[in-house]
Amino acid sequence: MPDNRYEKTPRPGQEHFVAPPEDVRVGVVDAVDTSEAPSSLWGDAWRDMRHRPLFWASAVLILFVVLMATVPSLFTSTSPTECHLEESLGGPAAGHIFGFDKQGCDIYARAIYGARASVTVGVLSTVFVVVVGTIIGSIAGYFGGLLDTLLSRFTDIFFAVPFVLAAIVIMSLLQDRNEIVVAVVLATFGWTSIARITRGAVLGVKNNEFITAAKALGMGRLAILGKHVLPNAAAPIIVYATVALGTFIVAEATLSFLGIGLPTSTVSWGGDLAKAQTSIRVAPEIMIYPATALALTVLSFIMMGDVVRDALDPKARKR
Amino acid sequence: MTTTITLTEGTEDEPVLDEKFDRNTPLLEIHDLQISFTTATGTVDAVRGVDLTVYPGQSVAIVGESGSGKSTTAHAIIDLLPGTGKVTSGSISFGGRELVGLKRKQVEDLRGREIGLVPQDPMSNLNPVWRIGTQIDEALVANGFQGSRAERTARVAELLGEAGLPDAARRARQFPHEFSGGMRQRALIAIGLASRPKLLIADEPTSALDVTVQKTILDHLEGLTAELGTAVLFITHDLGLAAERAEHLVVMYKGKVVESGPAAQILKEPQHEYTRRLVASAPSLASRRIQSAHERGTEADDLLAEHADEPEAVQAAADVVVAKDLTKVFRIRGSRPGTHTDFTAVDSIDFVLPKGRTLALVGESGSGKSTAANMVLGLLEPTSGTVMFDGKDVARLSAKEQFALRRRVQPVFQNPYGSLDPVFSVFRSIEEPLALHRVGDRKSREARVRELLDMVSLPQATMRRFPNELSGGQRQRIAIARALALKPEVLVLDEAVSALDVLVQAQILTLLNDLQSELGLSYLFITHDLAVVRQIADLVAVMKDGSIVEHASTDEVFDNPQQEYTRDLLAAIPGASLEIGA
Repeated sequence: MPDNRYEKTPRPGQEHFVAPPEDVRVGVVDAVDTSEAPSSLWGDAWRDMRHRPLFWASAVLILFVVLMATVPSLFTSTSPTECHLEESLGGPAAGHIFGFDKQGCDIYARAIYGARASVTVGVLSTVFVVVVGTIIGSIAGYFGGLLDTLLSRFTDIFFAVPFVLAAIVIMSLLQDRNEIVVAVVLATFGWTSIARITRGAVLGVKNNEFITAAKALGMGRLAILGKHVLPNAAAPIIVYATVALGTFIVAEATLSFLGIGLPTSTVSWGGDLAKAQTSIRVAPEIMIYPATALALTVLSFIMMGDVVRDALDPKARKR
Repeated sequence: MTTTITLTEGTEDEPVLDEKFDRNTPLLEIHDLQISFTTATGTVDAVRGVDLTVYPGQSVAIVGESGSGKSTTAHAIIDLLPGTGKVTSGSISFGGRELVGLKRKQVEDLRGREIGLVPQDPMSNLNPVWRIGTQIDEALVANGFQGSRAERTARVAELLGEAGLPDAARRARQFPHEFSGGMRQRALIAIGLASRPKLLIADEPTSALDVTVQKTILDHLEGLTAELGTAVLFITHDLGLAAERAEHLVVMYKGKVVESGPAAQILKEPQHEYTRRLVASAPSLASRRIQSAHERGTEADDLLAEHADEPEAVQAAADVVVAKDLTKVFRIRGSRPGTHTDFTAVDSIDFVLPKGRTLALVGESGSGKSTAANMVLGLLEPTSGTVMFDGKDVARLSAKEQFALRRRVQPVFQNPYGSLDPVFSVFRSIEEPLALHRVGDRKSREARVRELLDMVSLPQATMRRFPNELSGGQRQRIAIARALALKPEVLVLDEAVSALDVLVQAQILTLLNDLQSELGLSYLFITHDLAVVRQIADLVAVMKDGSIVEHASTDEVFDNPQQEYTRDLLAAIPGASLEIGA
């Protein structure tokens, strides 16, 4: 290549220019910034969430609901099952701020005590689906091949069954119904989404070079799955689980409303809604209290899921 | 330049410069440009007072490392700043017209028609669901090409042919996934030049491609833009490439221009400290191995000489890894179930890694070099042939022996963002191998982690940090520290410095070199970059399509290449043709 083009005198605006050295300091190549506090994925997420009002709003609501479920006596000294028919549909009175339902039970006390059934079923079903879904999804994603095909088709079969419909059919066959039974039935048809999400997340993680590095260290496959793959795939699972908790509470209420969820002797929001329905024309306000409690609980879990998702979103992470 | 370009017939496509665009009036003038981004923690000034001039038909290169503001400057010209980026002051004048503050419609008219862009990543810059031809046609329509459908189809084929794709009419009907990286980049060049812009911005146009492909494409682009009279603004991290392709260089560092001027002058007499460092560490310009190897006083050429005059014991210990007839055949699933085709990734290769030395396996993508590395690491089982590690066949070890072998061979991978577990702190990452192999107790392991951090020149406080807080070079140091934790004898460095900025790359190479002479390590260095090989390797094995075509000492390969392919590779190193007065 003829190189005489370099010999030309530079044109105006292209003369040799050198920035004064004090203008740009050339630092040490690649120095470590030790000024800021160490930040991990979860540490960063926490710092991010701490500054969001939505996080605090949903956290306070959740705490409140959990307290209602564990120690209802903190909120009321009235028993929800101690009913006086003579008070039927009575308006608010001293010590009974929401009034009485058709059976003459204290509505406020029932709204407080109803939390236990909802929270128990919600938490138990979520734990079940997370355990089952994570195991099936991570095995399918990590080991791949025939195992993946089999497990994925198995998941698809359950996915194809309408969730609430299947629960209705099974619940109506069962005689002995309590929180655990309801949770198991809900989980049986609710784990498929978690399995799919886990499988996808594991597939995304497993081809990283740190996995190969762990193999080169001689680490076993299950150890790699547990130590490196799952912790990196945990974020989407946690986000989905938080939202799922809300939907399970709704599902329990739906079943109880239909009379095939928890037995009528158990105080639950769904059951109370069903009872309130019979007197909706005369006293619509009876329905409002359990409905509001249910809606607020579900909303708080779903909002929490949203906040957690935003905080864990890798796109929002620095670098 | 010898490339011949056949331009389309008809004169309406010839570059017609308006009177005001005469060759001695600047086409593009950037003056005191300031750009800042708004982030959660405040504003970041990405570009701080940049001046730049491009004349019609001229090629100018902005050189800088990642984060220097080079791409930001270029994108500001056509108002393509990402996210919250904003030009806060200064002016960009194009053909006498001020571009800062133009309305969106006016900028859209300018893009493509007056200023074309060839983006960086050929893999993600073509829409995978549309045919190549459709995407070029889109560029024609958007820029006001008048003509019937048939005329446009003909024009698309012309443009593709002009960009150097043979059989263009058929190619235009293909989808991006049917194209190789080089072909996609040619399609992007066709799009960039579709409307005969006066300026073409080429943002790292070939950094994702193999060197030989890079050379053909750049040669072609150079010829084409010369014929069309298009000015080219290159954005690149490679000083050698910039100096070879552009007459005027602008060196940027931390958002400022530190030095600019005629390419040859900057290369010969760099004035600013940063430019001097850059010229000193650019691998494509370096002409010899990093120093400490010479200090050891061994001549690389002796290594191949059969160790004839050495005592027997020394000779036996001399070759730590010996690969013989190594072959790996992958079975690729066919289009119908049950059918398959065999793909020979590595085809009976032989190589020898002497103790305490560096053997570079060089080749372009798909040459089988990483497959070979994985077989040495025992992560892949050879189809036939053997890898002998210290006299033992790696593939035939018992599980226990294999676990023991892991301590002696460790890998360092290419991607600094993927090689560390993001949820592990630096301490846990480095400690993991020690814990897994039950070395020492908690306390002694912590001491060892501190020692390893010292070894890779990182402050000990780094161990409480997480990978996302560290730069690429720092992560790569951590990866090296982790690989060294078990005191291995061999490191397999799979493109370990390829993703790093030049200065950081030079720093890591020096570190690797120092560690080698301190600890007596042997390196199997896998790379596509012959320029780096010269800096670090004693021996070179050049791979092509699964076979080793040339295996000799580094000096021999560089001074006296025996194979046509090796000569092509050497010639393709950007800046290889430049004479540096150093």
